[in-house]
Amino acid sequence: MSSIPHHQGPGHAIDDAHAHDEHAHHPGGIMRWITTTNHKDIGTLYLWFSFIMFIAGGCLALTIRTELFHPGLQIVDPEFFNSLTTLHGLIMIFGAIMPAAVGFANWQVPLMIGAPDMAFARMNNWSFWLLPFAAVLLFASFFVPGGAAAGGWTLYAPLSVQAGMGMDLTIFAIHIMGASSIMGSINIITTILNLRAPGMTMMKMPLFVWTWLITAYLLIAVMPVLAGAVTMLLTDRHFGTSFFNAAGGGDPVMFQHIFWFFGHPEVYIMILPSFGIVSTILPAFSRKPLFGYASMVYATSSIAILSFIVWAHHMFTVGMPAAGQLFFMYATMLIAVPTGVKVFNWVTTMWKGSMTFETPMLFAIGFIFLFTMGGFTGLVLAITPVDIQLQDTYYVVAHFHYVLVAGSLFAFFGGVYYWLPKWSGRMYNEKLGEWHFWLTMIFFNVTFFPMHFLGLAGMPRRVPDYATQFTDWNMVATIGAYGFGLSQLLFFYIVLSCIRSGPPAPAKPWEGADTLEWTLPSPLPYHTFETPPAIK
Amino acid sequence: MDRANTKTRMRTARRFAKAGCWVASIAFMLAADPSLAALVYNLQTPVTPIGEQIFDLHTYILWICVVIFVCVFSVMFYSIFAHRKSKGHQAAQFHENTLVEVVWTVIPFLILLFMAIPATETVLAMKDTSVPDVTIKVTGYQWKWGYDYLDEGFGFVSNLATPYAQIYNQEAKGEHYLLDVDQPLVVPAGKKVRVLITAGDVIHSWWVPAFGVKQDAIPGFVRDSWFKAEKPGIYRGQCAELCGKEHGFMPVVVEVKSQEDYSKWASEQKKKSAPAADDPNKVWDAKELAARGEKVYAANCLACHQADGKGVPPAFPPLDGSKVATGPVAAHLDVVLNGVVKNGQPTAMVAWKNTLSPTDIAAVVTYERNAWGNHVGDAVQPAQVASAKR
Repeated sequence: MSSIPHHQGPGHAIDDAHAHDEHAHHPGGIMRWITTTNHKDIGTLYLWFSFIMFIAGGCLALTIRTELFHPGLQIVDPEFFNSLTTLHGLIMIFGAIMPAAVGFANWQVPLMIGAPDMAFARMNNWSFWLLPFAAVLLFASFFVPGGAAAGGWTLYAPLSVQAGMGMDLTIFAIHIMGASSIMGSINIITTILNLRAPGMTMMKMPLFVWTWLITAYLLIAVMPVLAGAVTMLLTDRHFGTSFFNAAGGGDPVMFQHIFWFFGHPEVYIMILPSFGIVSTILPAFSRKPLFGYASMVYATSSIAILSFIVWAHHMFTVGMPAAGQLFFMYATMLIAVPTGVKVFNWVTTMWKGSMTFETPMLFAIGFIFLFTMGGFTGLVLAITPVDIQLQDTYYVVAHFHYVLVAGSLFAFFGGVYYWLPKWSGRMYNEKLGEWHFWLTMIFFNVTFFPMHFLGLAGMPRRVPDYATQFTDWNMVATIGAYGFGLSQLLFFYIVLSCIRSGPPAPAKPWEGADTLEWTLPSPLPYHTFETPPAIK
Repeated sequence: MDRANTKTRMRTARRFAKAGCWVASIAFMLAADPSLAALVYNLQTPVTPIGEQIFDLHTYILWICVVIFVCVFSVMFYSIFAHRKSKGHQAAQFHENTLVEVVWTVIPFLILLFMAIPATETVLAMKDTSVPDVTIKVTGYQWKWGYDYLDEGFGFVSNLATPYAQIYNQEAKGEHYLLDVDQPLVVPAGKKVRVLITAGDVIHSWWVPAFGVKQDAIPGFVRDSWFKAEKPGIYRGQCAELCGKEHGFMPVVVEVKSQEDYSKWASEQKKKSAPAADDPNKVWDAKELAARGEKVYAANCLACHQADGKGVPPAFPPLDGSKVATGPVAAHLDVVLNGVVKNGQPTAMVAWKNTLSPTDIAAVVTYERNAWGNHVGDAVQPAQVASAKR
């Protein structure tokens, strides 16, 4: 059987590519993508979907920044402005970041554990194809009477009870995306627990697989909670219930508790896969093993567990008893410990390595540098009295963009550059990749760093207009945002030209890479590891 | 860690903050033209003891973070420069070291303890709303603040005073653009003021940065907070919780007066708010009513229904030519007095019977029936409103 890959050494398996292609019988054209059950095809679908959402959400963000270039109302009215901030948040979180992470999981989890495909191939197809429908609902909500949801992505009651039918479309979109995430997670957990190649023990799994295993458990735990919250919102809106209406015996603050019980683990859902990607890239380009593999696994697990007991730090201003404020402050501060362990591990991995700085490595280092800054502002915000001053200001906007854009997104960029040669069989343009990194890095900071100042000085978030003392930094941020947005078109060009006409990539373009996927030929055959590799 | 020690540390932290601010501002002044020298980059100058504690706490935490940041990243950048392949550096293959790993778990934990102690003190101080000198109830509405002086028995509503022409760039922006109100909250200096905070419709948040007070206003629940402003002056903040369309346009302005001035002001307010101010049985002339109604409209209705009465349909329906505003008076009054409820839930059209006086309601209804393209020609009298209210 010619399809047994020679996993023992890099480059040996290239001659098998042809044999594999004969097994790749699938419909051509659009039907290939609609009916596919192949983890590689589905991974590609997820990644392109998330890129489209990223550009769409970015356009909303640029409209926001354009309105905020000057004080006064110029291009949008306040209600539409609120829809923009709301949909920007929802689209970036549920449309861009989360599907991108699932895209990476689809491509990489089977390759990294030596599995032939995901455990539930048809469900995999369905969990992707639900997403475009959710996206259509979200975008369609702009065109219904009353416009899109305008209560912020957090959908706080009672404001969201007041809203027009755009809110109902948003609620249904969340239900659909939640179902998709849960199915995806079940698939990932089952694949990891059951389809590892013989000899691949849990503690031999690449860290990316570990972080996704933990992420998938978080998703299954909290997506139903969000679904419950928005369902209660729906019945409050239309069927006369009073879950969040004090006049009917409900409590508006209960919505926030339920929402953030989902919302805080959600933060880690968005960052843990990125931790995994960075922990894969750093050792490869340092040519040195990850310093503390076991402690990274434990740190990730502790972060996941702690994420369930810190939710109310998003709500310090609702007026909790002192004991509540203190508990949530201490618990939140504790998260700094495992997060610190991770950062120290990454730095120690680089220490005394033999480093080269190709684009994936640049993004990984950019990630560590900026994510740590986001971590520090997170620590500042954990301190209850300081948080009360900064809650709902631009400081918070700066903080979560440092962890979500410079955190999750930078790691995803790094991951794409790292694995694209393997996925497509072609090399990207290294020079342009480095340009993409530096432009992204600089404009990101021009956009978001001044927001710390704005928030400290007292500019609230989610406002279409502001007092004149905030003008200068807002202008700087808007200029940065345009630079940041345009830089992503360069990324699009790099990926496209790589896939279409990049020079052929070797089976293992990165000297220090040592996970299983690099034992396979580039481009990858349509089916891989039909016979499991043996792990030493 | 005893209190005195904490205090000394805080004072040092504050000195560092000042030094840092100086360095930063000099850098800015050198780098930018003079108009940019006024850049804002730090918390507003606090004027209450809690505000000061928050300011110092932030500075203290920030400097700890800066120190850790410099330590961690000097190691990383040294490594980036020294341990690169292009310099021929050979990769070491070490990994796992229990001692190192225990050390970098325990040290951050200890640093956190040093952050938690002063933070805990401040949390407890902020929560202590006991024995106030003055108690004021603050109510958030879409989109204005209601203030009720519970000890004195009067109250008023505080609206944005910035003209719409400034917001829509038809006029130059004033000095306190968006941070100006028609009637500020007035409090005595050096007295402990307890604020009871609630809301009439959706969640708002009452925030005065210089006081270090931010408390969400939650419909159906009362929360409290307190402040003791040491220095007379005018302090400005904004609503800090997204509350709908005009969220960015409901400032909080507090005027701190000396005790003497405050007492004078309070007794004037009491007189003014006496029910005699507007005789509910007075019969008004239609023109007088419409003129007063235009002002009431501008302060309360214009944000949604717009100056031209065209609204922003479908969320905010037009009044110009609408069935309600040109139909029977009773139905029109009912909408204004009791608001609109759809599917058992209140809508953005709230009930006005408790926030506007019968005279104001009569005036605004008369105005709406005779403004723009509406020419019903009737005048609604306060007595009619009072009876409709019952």
